[in-house]
Amino acid sequence: MSALNRVRQRQWKSFSLRLRGRWESPVAGYLFISPWLIGFLGLTLYPMIMSLYYAFTNFSLLEAPQWVGWKNYNLILTNDDTFVTSLKVTLLFVVFSVPLKLIFALLVAMLLNKDIKGISAYRLMIYFPSLIGTSIAVAILWKNIFSGDGFINQILEVFGIEGYSWVNDPRTALSTLVVLVVWQFGSSMVIFLTGLKQIPRDYYEASSVDGASKIRQFFSITLPSLSPIILFNLVLQTIGSFQMFTQAFIITKGGPINSTYMYALYLYDRAFGRLQMGYASALAWILLIIIGIATALIFISSRYWVFYENERKGKA
Amino acid sequence: MRRASMGKYRNHAIMIAFSLVMMYPVVWWLGASLKKNEEMVSPNIFPSTPMWGNYVDGWTAIPSYSFTHFYMNSFELILGVLFTTIISCSLVAFGFARLDFPLRNFWFSLVLITLMLPGQVTLIPQYSMFHSFGWVNTYLPFIVPHSLAGGTGGSFFIFLLVQFIRGIPKELDEAAKIDGCNWFGIYWRIVMPLTKPALVTVMIYCFLWNWDDFFGHLIYINSVDKYTVQLALRLFIDSQDAMQWGQLLAMSLVSILPAVIIFLLAQKYFVQGIASTGIKG
Repeated sequence: MSALNRVRQRQWKSFSLRLRGRWESPVAGYLFISPWLIGFLGLTLYPMIMSLYYAFTNFSLLEAPQWVGWKNYNLILTNDDTFVTSLKVTLLFVVFSVPLKLIFALLVAMLLNKDIKGISAYRLMIYFPSLIGTSIAVAILWKNIFSGDGFINQILEVFGIEGYSWVNDPRTALSTLVVLVVWQFGSSMVIFLTGLKQIPRDYYEASSVDGASKIRQFFSITLPSLSPIILFNLVLQTIGSFQMFTQAFIITKGGPINSTYMYALYLYDRAFGRLQMGYASALAWILLIIIGIATALIFISSRYWVFYENERKGKA
Repeated sequence: MRRASMGKYRNHAIMIAFSLVMMYPVVWWLGASLKKNEEMVSPNIFPSTPMWGNYVDGWTAIPSYSFTHFYMNSFELILGVLFTTIISCSLVAFGFARLDFPLRNFWFSLVLITLMLPGQVTLIPQYSMFHSFGWVNTYLPFIVPHSLAGGTGGSFFIFLLVQFIRGIPKELDEAAKIDGCNWFGIYWRIVMPLTKPALVTVMIYCFLWNWDDFFGHLIYINSVDKYTVQLALRLFIDSQDAMQWGQLLAMSLVSILPAVIIFLLAQKYFVQGIASTGIKG
């Protein structure tokens, strides 16, 4: 009896507290998120508005910005060869590095998804290059590996191929950067791996009973089941690749003959090299729009190739 | 039976070959860091006589400052960033995951949008702002954004922690409330201790990303006295006419050690962190 009472009392108390909580929690909620809210308003939203404004001004940081209207945009879009070059280089880099990196990441994730003894040791070694990721140390390593008497040429020499200065030739410099980011496929791979582990084994078992080959299984089970994760990785990597900076800055400094002059590098030079903050802000907004379009295209196309689990269940 | 074991060997062979390909540049790196400059061109991985001196000389190769100084700078910056990130991101994540308030979903979707926002758009006004506060050439442009749940990876950390906290049973809050605990008490005494694994993940990523950050350091820090390890390495490349590759490679190898050590110690949390963001297939 008393036990039942106590339970009732507790329930009532929790109910009344919940009622009170309805009034209390808005204040508490805003208090808890206030660090982020202040940061968002002061360090994201306000700078974005200011950047939009700066893009219409001449601004050298040392003097107050001067309104110039659409001049910056006009110059960039009609009379700036470096803009065109850097955009071309960046698009080329994105188009090659992102798919290659994802294909590589997926294949390796499938290798690592097997039950082999000592798999964690393999995983560790394969993940290692990605761990040291964007650090300047790796850029230095790369600069050396692909230089005239670097490691790649030493290997080629064994096969009797003449040495070649990869980093210093405009035809190959960009490829060395693509190889570098593909080598660091680890974070996409880990995300694929968690996705692979969630595909029910019965699918494979059932299909092999029906006589499906491994290749058929890959295209009919693995790829469709993973498609939401492929989309996620594709969007993240595309956004990231458009902003590639450190490696290009250290390894090639944008050269030779601007063949690796990434958009972010150009923006940096305009802003901090020549102190043309207004011009650079306009460049930043153009970059944002380009990234936005690229992301939108990916999302629109995803309607045709991404399958969600619950949809499939709905049909069945 | 025999076929199965054949397959096993084949798997191992593939994995070993592949691991070697991945690790080969790193092994070569280790060897090259011990080479004399003249020996760089030789195809041997390891030099005939290891030049341990590369490490010693490299450490003091930049005039008037040794690398000890740069490491202390890096650690100072990262400790400040780590501490503020843990506090601010966990508070914010608790608010989003546990409390009900008007516009909550709207704000949370903004967190996710800022996750995707390219930094270039806010870069210049932020710089101009910090410049006018006199914060250029201090570590405040890194520590202040992190204490406001922003900075490198801030939105990602909020997202990760929210996903984790949502998985903690709400009944625990209710019970604590009945016992007279307020929201802060629930956050501090109930949720925080249970969020420890996710907090460790946040700390690891926060450490790695800030350790590897180069662009931020490049624009905000401009006196050698305040240089971090990353900037010191760049100074090293630029300041030498005849490039001392051995010393340079030795110093870059040392600079990745903190990341490697942390990764080895906390591997479990690493993968868990990505898994717990709840991406489902």
